[in-house]
Amino acid sequence: MDFGPHLMLALIEGAVLSAVLALTAAGLSLVFGVMRVVNVAHGEFYMLGAVAAWFVAAAVGGAGPAAFLAALALAPLAVCALAAAADLAVLRRIAHDPERTIVATIGLLYILQQATLMGFGPDARPVAPPFNARIAIPWPVWEEGGLALTWPWGLSVTTYKLFVIAAAAAVLAGLWLMLTRTRAGLVMRATQWDRETATAFGIPVERVYALTFGLGAGLAALAGVLVVPIQQAHYLMGGDALLLSFIVVIIGGLGSLPGTLVAALLIGMSEGIVSVFFSPTLAKILATLLVALVLVFRPQGLFGAAGR
Amino acid sequence: MRAAGLHLGLVGLLLAAHFVLPAYHHGVLARVMVLAAYATGYNLLFGYTGLLSLGHAMFFAAGMYGAGLGVRFLALDPGLALLAGVAAGALLGLAVGLLALRTAGVAFMIVTLMFAQATHLGILLAGRWTRGDEGFVLQGPERVVLGLDLGDAAIRYLAAWALFSAVLLLVLRLVSLPAGRVLVAIRENEERARLLGYDTRAHKLRAVVLSAAIAAAAGAAYALLFGYVGATFASVQYSILPLLWVLLGGAGTVIGPFLGTLLMFYLIDTASGLTPAYMLVAGLALVLLTLFAPQGLAGEVRRRLAPWLP
Repeated sequence: MDFGPHLMLALIEGAVLSAVLALTAAGLSLVFGVMRVVNVAHGEFYMLGAVAAWFVAAAVGGAGPAAFLAALALAPLAVCALAAAADLAVLRRIAHDPERTIVATIGLLYILQQATLMGFGPDARPVAPPFNARIAIPWPVWEEGGLALTWPWGLSVTTYKLFVIAAAAAVLAGLWLMLTRTRAGLVMRATQWDRETATAFGIPVERVYALTFGLGAGLAALAGVLVVPIQQAHYLMGGDALLLSFIVVIIGGLGSLPGTLVAALLIGMSEGIVSVFFSPTLAKILATLLVALVLVFRPQGLFGAAGR
Repeated sequence: MRAAGLHLGLVGLLLAAHFVLPAYHHGVLARVMVLAAYATGYNLLFGYTGLLSLGHAMFFAAGMYGAGLGVRFLALDPGLALLAGVAAGALLGLAVGLLALRTAGVAFMIVTLMFAQATHLGILLAGRWTRGDEGFVLQGPERVVLGLDLGDAAIRYLAAWALFSAVLLLVLRLVSLPAGRVLVAIRENEERARLLGYDTRAHKLRAVVLSAAIAAAAGAAYALLFGYVGATFASVQYSILPLLWVLLGGAGTVIGPFLGTLLMFYLIDTASGLTPAYMLVAGLALVLLTLFAPQGLAGEVRRRLAPWLP
């Protein structure tokens, strides 16, 4: 393949990665925005989503789309409930203190990851995509007679990958509407703005925190379910997801949803392009250093406004 | 006086253990002492200065690779290699400290985590020299210093004992000096310490560099004594472990890191005989400690029985 089609392929992979990343990072960003705590176990909720999807799909069985659709509906809900319970059992007792929450969620990370190793095993396991038709993409080439379309071998996208992008966009739009247009969103934003005043107005802050923590984990789990047909479920898959979401959330500005989306596109696309053309390790080094330097010199993120 | 007696007693007990312990526990204790030196260095920053780093593995690794690569490619004598490792760790500590100390709290934790991640990936990227995850083995004449073979079990134990004792007594002395008291003042209330006229930024930077140098000394000693240098020691897990050891033993106590390392080493050792998911123990310990015993073992003893414990 020539450079052009190769780049196109990289852009498609980047768009899929961006979609998954935007969902995962939106969950992390939401939890930080409303609760002011960093959830280090966030990557494990992504992993649990993928693993739960495998269990649900295996229980439903069959080759049709039913197994995947059942997983898509049930797995995020289960993870959401688990996370809300963890918030009530652990984080509420330490009053969501920022530093102690980090230590506690590191503990949670190991508990979830190692429990998965015991229950699910060390193997990677796939879930069949509900549909997976291959669509070849035409590529325009200048020839003597003028512009002609060619069909380079390998330049294609599957319907499932397009579905992942559409699903992520729909869920993020829904999240945005929920936060800005509904009563639940209003309560969450009030809690984010000023916890004490919210309490004084009769908002059950602890319950809002548990639901927010569950919702954030549910978004990560949803991303995990969407990724299983492409990547397979594995008990260590949460590490990279956590690192990339960290990068996205910090570059986009902690707690800012539009910033998170822009950063997810930026990181996802550049990860897609860079790892096709350069060493992925070098790309990761540059990304982590960028995050550290952003936090040191521009803590509100590259796209965020200065905090109030 | 009581404090000096207690810690000298521990040092003496560990020396006596050399002559009585059965081979397996003798080997374990040598390893625990090197790791406890690492934890003691970590505690200087976390327990005494109140700065929670999630990236100390980069300093441990700087010492390990500073010494290991020095021996392998520059044919350094192990004694010089140890110094090279410490210097590498202190320099990295200075660079990271200058940048990371511009942030505080959660941002400081994430910045150190990211620098450690970059260091880990950098070691993997330089796989031509470091051999990446696989690592490399130091053996034979590479580990002989002044005619002593560090691979020999007895010499290895005594070298580990010397390192741990030096670090323990250094920290014990430091926290009783005015400079050490300032670190505690910064932990308790940085604004007030600054108001009293202390240059808190310089004190914190010194604490980072010293803590990094001790971690690097432990890393260099680990490479030389156990003869293996690998990228695993730069991974996130080796940043979390000293935090766990210190929390278990008691943050802000001199003896706590050793107690925590010893106990957790045996806990994980036992668990790994039962299940491959042995890090479950570490996770449970972190959550339970945060919930029920944020002071750790030595911290509880200090609170209930011995308020003089340094």
